[in-house]
Parts: sequence; C-alpha cells; structure tokens
Amino acid sequence: MRKRLLLLLSLLMSFSLIAAACGNDDSTTDAGAGDGDSITVSLIYDIGGRGDQSFNDSAYAGALRAEEELGITFTEASPNDDGSNRAELLQLGADASDLVVAVGFLFEGDVAAVGAENPDTSFGVIDSVMLDFSQDPPVPYGENIAGTGFREEQGSFLVGAAAALKSESGKIGFIGGVSGVGGLIERFEAGYIAGAKAVNPDIEILSEYVTAAPDFDGFNAPDRGKEIGLAMYEDGADVVYHAAGGTGAGLFEAAKDHSDMANRVWAIGVDSDQYLTADPAVQEFILTSMLKRVDVAVYTFIKAVVDGTFTGGPTTYDLAIDGVGYSTSGGFIDDIVPQLEEFKAQIIAGDIVVPTVPE
Amino acid sequence: MNGTTRRVVLAVAAPVAALAFAIGLSSIVLLISGSNPLDAYGDMLKHASKLETQVDILNRATPLYLSGVAAAIGFRMNLFNIGVEGQYLFAFIVAAYVGGQVSLPAALHVTVIISVAMIVGGAYSGLAGALKVTRGVNEVISTIMLNAIAISGIVAWLITEWQAGGEISATGGRVGTEPIAGSGLLPDINSWLELVTRDIRQGKELTAVLLVAVAVGLLYHVLLNRTVFGFDLRASGMNPTAARAGGISPKRMIVASMVLSGAVAGLVGLPELMDTGFFPSNPIKGLGFAGIAVALLGRNHPAGIALGALIFAFLDISSGILQVTGAASREIVQIMQGVIILAAVVAYEVVRRIRERDEAASAAAALAVGAT
Repeated sequence: MRKRLLLLLSLLMSFSLIAAACGNDDSTTDAGAGDGDSITVSLIYDIGGRGDQSFNDSAYAGALRAEEELGITFTEASPNDDGSNRAELLQLGADASDLVVAVGFLFEGDVAAVGAENPDTSFGVIDSVMLDFSQDPPVPYGENIAGTGFREEQGSFLVGAAAALKSESGKIGFIGGVSGVGGLIERFEAGYIAGAKAVNPDIEILSEYVTAAPDFDGFNAPDRGKEIGLAMYEDGADVVYHAAGGTGAGLFEAAKDHSDMANRVWAIGVDSDQYLTADPAVQEFILTSMLKRVDVAVYTFIKAVVDGTFTGGPTTYDLAIDGVGYSTSGGFIDDIVPQLEEFKAQIIAGDIVVPTVPE
Repeated sequence: MNGTTRRVVLAVAAPVAALAFAIGLSSIVLLISGSNPLDAYGDMLKHASKLETQVDILNRATPLYLSGVAAAIGFRMNLFNIGVEGQYLFAFIVAAYVGGQVSLPAALHVTVIISVAMIVGGAYSGLAGALKVTRGVNEVISTIMLNAIAISGIVAWLITEWQAGGEISATGGRVGTEPIAGSGLLPDINSWLELVTRDIRQGKELTAVLLVAVAVGLLYHVLLNRTVFGFDLRASGMNPTAARAGGISPKRMIVASMVLSGAVAGLVGLPELMDTGFFPSNPIKGLGFAGIAVALLGRNHPAGIALGALIFAFLDISSGILQVTGAASREIVQIMQGVIILAAVVAYEVVRRIRERDEAASAAAALAVGAT
C-alpha cells in the first residue's frame, strides 16, 4: 500500500515536471499598457466577493461606470476563503490586463511583491496608501503601484454629529467589525465620537468590536451584529453606527426588532448608501450612511490608466473632494443637513481637526 | 485472478474509484451550474502544467502537509487534535516575535525560530494532553476551547502588544510584528528545482520549508515504523486495552503524542513566516482544519498525506484560473474537495470490507482443506 502510493506520487510528480518542461511559457507575454484600443482591468475583490451590499459592490459600481463611460473591459475574481491565493490572483490579473485593482487593505503586501515583478502593469489598491514605511520618509512601493487613503474619520464625524442631533436618550452606540487592524476601524470610532461630542459634550457612547485580529469574522457576522445591536438598544442607546461590513445587516434587523417591540431607534450604515442597498424591510430604520466612495476611487484608477496619467503613491479621499460623506436617502436627516454642512465646511477649512484615534 | 493480483487491484481501486466518483459528481454540479466540465478541467490542467503554477501548488501543499502530519500523529493514537489551528497561529506569532528580536548567524537564527515554533506548538498542544490524563477532559472539547483562547485571546492580544511601528496605524500600512532580519529567513530553493526544469519566472519562489516538510514526513515514517515509541503509539491507537496489558503507559503515550502533534503543528505557519518575514495581522488561517481533511484523505500515511496535500493544493490554486477564464465559479473547488474526501472515505471502507471478506473466505477454505 505504502509503496504503491509512493509510486503513484512519483509518477504524478514526474508527469507534471515533464509537462512543465514541455509546456509553452505563454504567461510571460504581458498584455502591456496601451498596446490595444481597449484597456483591460482585473478587479480583485476581498474575501466574500461581490454581493456584500457594501464595500465590494461599491468597487464593482466604479468599474461598471468606467466600462460605460471609458469603454474599458474588466474581469472579476475573489480569493479563496482563507485568502491564501491573493498573490496568485494578482499575477493572473497582471498577465491578462493593463490595470489590476485590488479591493481591500489585506492585499497590501501581495501587491507590493507582485507589483514589483510586473512593472508594465499598473496596480491600484483600495484602502491602503501603498507606502513603504520601512523607508524614512515613506516612499511608494513602486511607480506602478497606487493606493488610496480614505479619511473615514471625517465622514464618521458627520454621522456622529447626526446621531447626537437625532438622539433623544443622550446615549448612542458604535459597532466596529475587527479591532487591531492597524487602527483602521478605530478611525471610524474616533471620528464618530468626536462628531457626537461636538454636538453634545455630555453624550454617552457605547462602543464594541465584534472580533479582534487575526479573527476577521467580525466583518461578516450578522448574528453577532444583531446581538450587540439589541443589547445596545436595550441599554438605552437610540442611534447605533456600524463599521463592520456584512455584520451591519444584523444591526439593521436589531433596529427593526427593537422598534417593533419598544421605542423607535435608528441605525447608521457604512461605505455604501445602505438605505438603497439593504433589505427593504429595514430601510426605514437607516438614518443615514457614512459614504466611502470606493466606486470613485476605482473609477479614478481606471481613468488615470486610460488617460496615461497613472502614478504611484496614495490619493487622499476626504470631505473636500467628496471622497467621504453622508447620505440623505429616506429624508430622515433633512432637518439637520444645514448643521452637518456647517461641520463639513469647518472640517474642510481645517477649523476642526478630526482625531484618528479614539479618545 | 490470484491472491496477489487481487490485493494489488484492491489497493489501487480505492483511490481510483474515489477520484472517478469525485470527478463524476463535480461534473454534474458543473453542468447544473451551467458550466462545461470539460472546459473547466481543461483550464485547470493547462494551468497546472505550467512550472510557475507548480511552484504555487508546492508552496500551498507544504503547510497543508505539515498540518496533515500533525493531525495524523494524533489520529494514529486515536486522539482527535482539532487544535492544530490554534497551535500553529500561536507558534507562528511567538516564533515571528522571537525571530525579530534576536540577531544571530544565519543557521542559528533559523534554528532558533523553528525551535521556538515547535516548542510553543508542542507545549500548547501538550496542555490538552495533560488535561486529558489528569482530569479526563476529552481532547476534542479541550482543543476546540484552546483554539478559541489562542486565536481570539492570546494571538489577538499579542498582535497589538507586539505590533511594530506605532505611527503606521494612523495612515494605514502593513501591520505586524517586527520584521525578521535576513539571517533568520530561509532562502527560496528555486535553484534546486531549476536543476531539473527550465528557469522559474521572477517573483515565484519555492519555499525552503518544503524541505522541512519532507524531513518531517520521513521522521514521521521512521518514528512510526522503526522505533519502540512508534510501535507503542500504533498499539495504543489500535487497541488501548491490549497495549496497557502489554505494559505501555496510556498516559505517557497520550501526552507524548499530543506534544509531538503540536510540535509539528507549530511548523505550519513557517512557510508564510519565511515568505513575509513577520506575523501579519491577517495571517493565512484555516490550515489547521484543512490538515484534518488532508490527513483523512491520506489515511494518516506519510506518502498518502503528501498526495492529499498536493490534490488539495492543486484544487485551491485552480480557483483563480477558473475565475479568470470564466470556466466555472470558484466554489466548485470547495465542492470538489469535499466530494473527494467523502468518496475516499467510502471507497476505503468498501475495500476494507472486501478484504475482510476475502480473508474470511480464504481462512474458511484453509480450514476446509485441513478438515478433510
């Protein structure tokens, strides 16, 4: 039995090696930028892929817009559930297209490596500035590697202010997906708290994270989101903001359930305008959403390649260029828009500096 | 058909039948989901025939193999070590931290990192063994609990505690432990493979941990089949009562096999550590659970586990090309992995029963001959 398996194994190995030796190495012929009429783009999602009603879907919307307006073609792919084949997907993307857009900060290390090996392909990463911090001052990983820096704390400040303005109990909540990821989600929390306190210095803020890195389940745990949301509402919070991806669907359900049984409460969405993307049954409980224009960033990457202006390094998406913001769908915050716009102007002018670390 | 031929056929029949069944069922799933199975399999094989893809497959198979051996050591002793997941992540971060703190000559530096990984993995797994022999806690329960404690508790805390570069957090950037100096990292072994193949394209690096995995496989084989300890282990696993009667201490065997299993589990994070040079906040997870499936597929046999790891690695790597060519959705890969395990378990069981029946028949025939 043992010997036979060994034999089988060695046969298999030798066959594959022979095949490799004979096989044409057609992968080294790169598509190369600008050698055809149409630019090709590989869009590589984060774990979960398209259909998350939030982050990945927003990236898809940006690529779709580029397809319509700029006449590019794009393909999509998602990594395995454990993320083990990110580098592989990036290489496949680089082989087949002019631009590879990687959606999510988890791609940072792999894009830095694959990008260096494929200098003729442009790489854009959402949610990472793609700077090499081992250098002082930090430098871009490469001229073909661009990143984005979203100022989520600024957008979160505005929804925090909205929460405080709408809260009747003087108590609001925050649910973060995963803590300890280089302070990424903590930025949302910091801005939210600062915005709420700017309206009402005495406001009480409940804050909880679903999981801590390296456990990334917190971004896709609607059951836990519902549990935490219900606990916060029962504790007296009447507005709860989530920065937890797919977990947010649970918070919306919690807002509906609590409102059906007890007092009317609100939830605040994140990334996309979740009033439009969430289940219609929970729509009326979504006060507003902190917009993070991933679609704009993806479109901008593609446009830069089409125009031939693509350069390495980060682009900042802040309030000034509407890279972040808040949504008004549903009309629930129409009455406080003037106050929010005033805060927005103060942030853009630099009169308010929003913290990035929770106080 | 004489006895020997029949035995050979039976031995080959199980894996072949399992594979055929798995391909058949996967084809049906592909057809139902509107894909052409021939296109999908063609793309997968064409992709896998490239040297670079084979490097990817070997790199993926290496941690799967180590994880499979770790699980198999427990299985041989009738211990279900589900804790490989927690053991390797815990060992991974401690080894990364220690490796990043010390500055040593190359050979010593690597030895320290590997030793730390094995000690941490072994000690953490030994905890479950100790709980079993002193308090009678089932190792399935304790290792599941220890997984949760390690991943969501200890490692999550250590990540924030040992995070390098505080200012990085405000602007994003890679987060992890202090990078290990070059002396602590094993170089790739591309040149070894290139002896028998053409040059590997830039950017693909065959992990040197592959050699560690091969060594572990050989040691596992020798330990199990050529040592007293291995005999005791197999005996205790097959028949604990008889083993005890034979003077083998069950407590000693339980703790020893859990520690060994954990020590091998500690190596699972090594390929990623040698590649990145630090413990990232998003390490590759799930290898511990995949290892259980790989061990199952490989029948706890050192070469069988290798074959299982290669099959799983091949399927994992195929998910990318299937998406790029649009031949099938990536979920088909997981379905195939599940179907193959199921098919293998059923096929081996069927063959085992046929064998038993054969043996019973030949014994009866021998008796009948003796009686006349």
